[in-house]
Amino acid sequence: MTRRVRKIFFLLSAAALVWVFFLAYSPLAPFGYVQSKYGDMVNAITVPERHITDAVTAVNFDVRGFDTLGEEFILFTSVMGVLLLMRRQKDEPAGDHEDKAADRMIPPASDAVRVTSLLLIAPTVLFGLYIVTHGQVTPGGGFQGGVILSTAPLLLYLCADYRPFRRAVPQRLIEASEAFGAAAYILIGGACVALGGLFLQNSLPLGQSGSLTSGGMVPFINLGVGLEVSGGLSLALLVYLEELLEEKEQ
Amino acid sequence: MSETILQAGILIFVAAGGTAVVFNREPLSQAMVVSFYGLLLGIMFFVFQAPDVGLSQIVVGAVALPLMILLVLARVKKQGRKSD
Repeated sequence: MTRRVRKIFFLLSAAALVWVFFLAYSPLAPFGYVQSKYGDMVNAITVPERHITDAVTAVNFDVRGFDTLGEEFILFTSVMGVLLLMRRQKDEPAGDHEDKAADRMIPPASDAVRVTSLLLIAPTVLFGLYIVTHGQVTPGGGFQGGVILSTAPLLLYLCADYRPFRRAVPQRLIEASEAFGAAAYILIGGACVALGGLFLQNSLPLGQSGSLTSGGMVPFINLGVGLEVSGGLSLALLVYLEELLEEKEQ
Repeated sequence: MSETILQAGILIFVAAGGTAVVFNREPLSQAMVVSFYGLLLGIMFFVFQAPDVGLSQIVVGAVALPLMILLVLARVKKQGRKSD
């Protein structure tokens, strides 16, 4: 295919795309004009019926809690896939390739980086926990807070070197907590069935709207999701650092 | 009025950011640019009053996605060296 034919082909398909976009967008409501029965309904029921002030969390973990279970397991399976692909295989002994610059070590981090990341660790953990536990009150929740929590090991790596970092990070514990967090969602749902309700039916006392203990089961589900997400992303990070640095450090 | 200006501004930034990601052909620097683009998208969601989505976008687009790209790059480089 010559350049000219390719250009014509591109222009034709670009024109078709613009036309389809125009057809799709022209019947939409004008910008900023909101008319959604579902949205009004959610806004109307979340506080009186669920005592949850963040409507998005109410939808994610209560109204359509079962869908979120699937979403959580998408992340779980992706992390498993990454770990599976990145594992050290039997026919791939450590250091089987030449290091092009074996005498050149990774330059140590500057004192400024070390001190800054050391100071950031505690606030990061605290902020992550805050986002996880306040999902039912303000924007956030287990997913977002979990990712924030999983950046704490990265900060630990930045302020120490790889070896002390590896010794300080309990990989078995992280693996176990990831699995437990993923299981917690199903266990909570299953407990509702065992107690005679529907799967994930919100059957705990709903508490005072706007407080940490409001929302019934939602804070507990969020804690489980937080464990799962922070564990999963920490594992991905560990594998990355291993892949990149293990041989250099040996 | 100021809200409209803010929304128009962030949309222009997002358009520029997306273009920058596409025109960057070096995977390593592309990972950095895509991280910045994720942050811009997060701000856009926040400006359009969706803070929940904004938070998810920041953590996924600015942290998790670049991490995955870097992971793959490290792996590919290693295998490339092995087959030399």
